Amino acid sequence: MKPRFAIRLASAMFALSLVAMPVFTITARAADKIDPEADKKAFQKFFTEKFPKLKPEDFVNGPYSMNEDLHKQWEEKEQFPPYEFSLEAGKEMFSRPFKNGKSYADCFQNQGIGIRQNYPYFDEKDGKVITLELALNRCREANGEAPFSYVKDEMAALTAYMAFTSRGKPFDIKIPNDPRALEAYQKGKEYFYTRRGQLNFSCATCHVQSPGERIRAEVLAPALGILNAMPIYRSEWSGMGTTSRRFTTCNSQIRGVPLTPQDDEYRNLEYYLSYVSNGMPISGPGARP
Amino acid sequence: MASTIRVRAVAGAETTDVQSLIQHPMDSGFVKDVKGEFIPAHFIQELTFEHNGKPVFVADWGAAVSKDPYVKFAFKGGKKGDDLKISWIDNKGATDTTTAMIQ
Amino acid sequence: MSIVKPLLVSMLLIASPALAASEADFKAAYAAAEAANKEAGSLRNQWTTTASTLAAAKKAADGGDFDTALARATEAEALAKASIYQATSEKERWKDMEIR
Repeated sequence: MKPRFAIRLASAMFALSLVAMPVFTITARAADKIDPEADKKAFQKFFTEKFPKLKPEDFVNGPYSMNEDLHKQWEEKEQFPPYEFSLEAGKEMFSRPFKNGKSYADCFQNQGIGIRQNYPYFDEKDGKVITLELALNRCREANGEAPFSYVKDEMAALTAYMAFTSRGKPFDIKIPNDPRALEAYQKGKEYFYTRRGQLNFSCATCHVQSPGERIRAEVLAPALGILNAMPIYRSEWSGMGTTSRRFTTCNSQIRGVPLTPQDDEYRNLEYYLSYVSNGMPISGPGARP
Repeated sequence: MASTIRVRAVAGAETTDVQSLIQHPMDSGFVKDVKGEFIPAHFIQELTFEHNGKPVFVADWGAAVSKDPYVKFAFKGGKKGDDLKISWIDNKGATDTTTAMIQ
Repeated sequence: MSIVKPLLVSMLLIASPALAASEADFKAAYAAAEAANKEAGSLRNQWTTTASTLAAAKKAADGGDFDTALARATEAEALAKASIYQATSEKERWKDMEIR
C-alpha cells in the first residue's frame, strides 16, 4: 500500500508542477524581441569562453579543433584531401555551359566566384530564405536543365567548387529589416534549440552542451562555425554531402523522421546558424570523420 | 583521361616520404544498391610503387579497403629528381599507371 | 456479434490467459495510431520508431497474428502521442536551452 500511495503523491506533485510552471515561464518570456545581433554576440562569446585556447578561426574545423590526435590526422589528410575528386568535378561542371549556351556564371554575382559566404540570404521578393543549393537548382531550371538532388553527388561537387573559391572569406549573412526575414531567422533559431526525435535531442544538445565530448566514437563539433566547412567529404559516407545531407541524417540518427531537403525549417536553420557564425572564415569543402 | 593516381614524394635525409590518393570505387561486392541488388565487386587487387625499377611498396588489396584509398609510407633511399612509378590492377583487369618525380 | 470465432481463437492460443485480439480490435487501434502519427506529421515531428512500429503491426496483422498486431498498434499510438507531446511542449521549452 505504501509504494502505491507514494506513487500517487508523486504523480499529484508532478501534475501540480506542470500546471504551475507554464504560467511562470510565459510571463517571464513575454517581452522577447528578435535581436539577431545580440544573439550572435552571446553565441560567439559562449564558445570563445568555453574554449579559450582556440583562435576564432579554429572553430570552423569542428572536431579537429576539439581533439589533438584528430587534429594531427586531419593536418596529414589535408595534404591529400578526400574531397579533391569532387572539387575537380565541381570546377569542371561549373564551367560547362547549359544546353542553351548560358552557364552558372550568368545566374550569380561576380560570375559565381567567391560568393559562397553571402549564402543563405533573404529574398525580399520571394519572402523566403535562399540557400546556395536552392539558387543553383533555380539557375538550372531557369535554363531548361533538370534540378539536382540536394544531398550529394553533383550538388555537392558544385558547392564544393564554389566554397573553395570563397576560402578564407568570412561569413557575411545579412538579415534585412523585414519582419519576414526576422521571423525566418527566429524560426531557424527555434528549430536549433527544439528537441525532437525519440531520443529527444536538439541540435543544441550535442553542439552547444557537449562540443569536444564524444557521442559513441565521434567527437562533437561546436555549433559556432559548424557550416563553414560545407560541403564535406565524410568518411562515414565514403563520399560528399551537403548541408541538406547532414541535416536529414542528423534527424534520423535521433529517430526523428527527416523533412524534405531544403524545406522551410532547414533553410531557416541554415540562415540562423550561418548568421551567428558571421565573421568566421569559409573553410569548405571540408573533410570529416 | 586524367590519371586516377595523385602522388607526392618528398626525399628526406635517409628516407623518402610518399603519399598517394587513388580514385577507385573499391566496391566490396557485399553492398546492395537502392533496388536491393548487389553492386558487383570492383576493387584494386595489386598496387605497386617502383623506384629505379625496383618495387619499394607492393600492396595486395581486397574488399576491405575503402573507396578512394589513401596510402602513406616511407622507403629508404631515393633522392630528389628520381622517378617513382605507381601502377595498379583491379579485379576486372583494368589498370592505371603514372610516374612522379621525387621532390 | 458472434462469440464463436474469438472463443475458438483463444482456445487455440496456448499460453494466453487474456482474450485474444480480433481483427476489429487491431483495425481500431491501427487507425488511432495512424491518426496520431498524422497529427505528429502536421507538427513536423514524427519519430522513425513510430513508423517502424506501425509497419510491424501491419506485418503481424497480414500474417493473422492479431495479438502482436494489436500490441504493436497500441505501442505505435503511444509513440505518436509522445511525439505530439514533445512537439507541443517544446514550443515553449526550447527557450530553456537558448544561449543568452
